[in-house]
Amino acid sequence: MEQKKITKGFWIKLVSAPILMFFFAYAMVPIYDVFCEITGFNGTTGRVDSEQQYAVDENRKVEVSFFAMTMGGFPVQFGPKVNSMEIVPGKFYTTSYVAKNNTDKTVIGQAIPSVAPTDAALYFKKLECFCFNRQVFKPHEEVEMTLRFVVEPELDKRIKDISLSYNFFKLES
Amino acid sequence: MTTATDTTATGHADHHHGPEKGLMRWIKTTNHKDIGTLYLWFAFTMVLIGGAMAMVIRMELFQPGLQLVDPHFFNQMTTMHGLIMVFGAIMPAFVGLGNWLIPMMVGAPDMALPRMNNWSFWILPFAGGILLSTFFMEGGAPAFGWTFYAPLSTTFAPDSTDFFIFAVHLLGFSSIMGAINIIATVLNMRAPEMKLMDMPLFVWTWLITSFLLIGAMPVLAGAVTMMLTDRNFGTAFFDATGGGDPVMFQHIFWFFGHPEVYIMILPAFGVVSHIIPTFARKPLFGYSSMVYATASIAFLSYIVWAHHMFLTGMPVAGELYFMYATMMIAVPTGVKVFNWIATMWKGSMTFETPMLWAISFVFLFTIGGFSGLMLGIAPADIQYHDTYFVVAHFHYVLVTGALWSIIAATFYWLPKWTGKMYNEGLAKVHFWWAVISVNVLFFPQHFLGLAGMPRRIPDYALQFADFNMISSIGGFAFGASFILFTYIIIDAIRNGEPATKRPWEGAKGLEWTLDPKAEYHSFNKPPSRKLIEQESQNS
Ligand code: HEM
Ligand SMILES: [Cu+2]
Repeated sequence: MEQKKITKGFWIKLVSAPILMFFFAYAMVPIYDVFCEITGFNGTTGRVDSEQQYAVDENRKVEVSFFAMTMGGFPVQFGPKVNSMEIVPGKFYTTSYVAKNNTDKTVIGQAIPSVAPTDAALYFKKLECFCFNRQVFKPHEEVEMTLRFVVEPELDKRIKDISLSYNFFKLES
Repeated sequence: MTTATDTTATGHADHHHGPEKGLMRWIKTTNHKDIGTLYLWFAFTMVLIGGAMAMVIRMELFQPGLQLVDPHFFNQMTTMHGLIMVFGAIMPAFVGLGNWLIPMMVGAPDMALPRMNNWSFWILPFAGGILLSTFFMEGGAPAFGWTFYAPLSTTFAPDSTDFFIFAVHLLGFSSIMGAINIIATVLNMRAPEMKLMDMPLFVWTWLITSFLLIGAMPVLAGAVTMMLTDRNFGTAFFDATGGGDPVMFQHIFWFFGHPEVYIMILPAFGVVSHIIPTFARKPLFGYSSMVYATASIAFLSYIVWAHHMFLTGMPVAGELYFMYATMMIAVPTGVKVFNWIATMWKGSMTFETPMLWAISFVFLFTIGGFSGLMLGIAPADIQYHDTYFVVAHFHYVLVTGALWSIIAATFYWLPKWTGKMYNEGLAKVHFWWAVISVNVLFFPQHFLGLAGMPRRIPDYALQFADFNMISSIGGFAFGASFILFTYIIIDAIRNGEPATKRPWEGAKGLEWTLDPKAEYHSFNKPPSRKLIEQESQNS
């Protein structure tokens, strides 16, 4: 054909667009992580680095319940020390989970937290948590793992109950 | 297949060169008409294979209880039915129509990249073959649903899944090459005198679809590549143990998936926008609003994906955003439906077979659109999600939408492809048979879904028995209608009456200025401005 409406630059765009979109799929991974952290999307909990001071209303009470799960044949018994606590938003609390390795092998695992309702996740902050690091369980060892957290007072007033659940995954054994 | 496009039948000895003889013609061909034919026959074969799987599904669901197949095989059937129909039937059928029609409609001698075109097609039978071969492997075919959510498709899937991944890669390559080819053809090969706003709507819708393909298919390729490395090379994109997240799979999948559903319907909008004006003998109402509506649907389709994920635990703000964005798609879609109706308004309508399919498309697709709107209401979707209501929704938009337009297009352009007319009486019988049975098949599924019957299950509670039996009977009748369809097409190719150049009185478009059976090489000389204006839909 005599005519040529497509320039060389357009050809390059046409071919690079699909390639870019392929990498965009990969770019969604970090975007998604950042997005979850900022919004508490998907029950992702946040972190605080120090015991900040919050405006505390002593009369406001929220019930926090603790749950535990293990995935795919994780051989360690795992559960909360207390099932629930009544807390005041803005104050720091400490509780713990107990894990017992019943096998003859060392097990390494990672706990993944999730908070429900999701609108509470953004305000559930942890100062100290066994989920920050991978955990090593020696054969037949029983360990108590601490958790220090705060529920920020910005939490929606209508939310009276929060559940925190940990899911333990096996990394290696 | 050779008889289908044997050019000697209409005897045009004055052509420079006709097709090669024998099998090699089809393997080596770079002719857009040959490749279009190949795509269409491939899609037709896949419809029959995918349809056979649907028959197994409906047989198992005919009565409560497990009667015919074991649940694992049932899951393979639903999964492969969806994959084959989406990637093997609907998409290749539209690419076939695009190949056949776009060069003729823009007055071009062929596609812009004919050799790549040959590759795009010939990848498909291999991809399809690889996908189907998984049935004979240990662990069987994919059984995790056509949406292949992780970790079902990663941690818990059989080894054959790696073949499925490879097949998806190939299918993606094929569609991306096809899309690039169509964009290049429309922009580069279009008759010099043809402006963008002279282009017929089928060309417009396909051009926009090509951009959707280029944007969406690579994301699917990315998703399956992550699956592949998660499964075999120790990455953990979708595995919480390694810091990944299975919910992210759904985001990536539906970022592809929702544009994908519009990839399957935009060309259908194009087809219907040709057929309705023809048989209403009126110009298409609101040509430019049709173009803009198509473009806005395409844009919106990228920002609504999470309406498939209302139950994954999104914050309320997310639910609200995706709900309203989803509702917004109904606006340009409504513009289209009203334009089709306005085109028919006070027209001198006749009801030849293509028109029957097109009118029923408008009616039934709209039902699917309405159920889509219901599903788009986030609080209502808590009840409807993963029930038969969703199954009813997407079969109304895909079967009585996408597939309907493909059948309509087949009857409408068959004369141009073969130079022969089909048997109008039989074709009408076929239409009524299909349109009644398809509603018997899918309409009761709305009720089943509202009553709470989950999708993707081989057995169900007793209270769902009656509607399932009705649905299955409709399914068998609809399946049987394809026997008649096959007969009508083959009969037309073999024994059809010779067609005229313009078999439909009101038809407009450059393709109708060609020989009754379009020349093997058409528009070696681009059409004149006068001809383009005469045949334009935008007047
Ligand atoms: C007005 C336009 C539409 C709206 C508002 C809409 C909305 C929705 C929603 C909300 C869902 C998710 C339901 C659930 O899983 O709970 C859905 C599913 C689906 N829609 Fe649509 N839809 C529309 C048009 C279409 C069209 C045109 C197609 C294809 C041609 C389509 C194909 C599908 C498919 C295949 C699914 C099911 C995916 C799966 O889970 O397997 N939809 N639709
Ligand atoms: Cu969607």
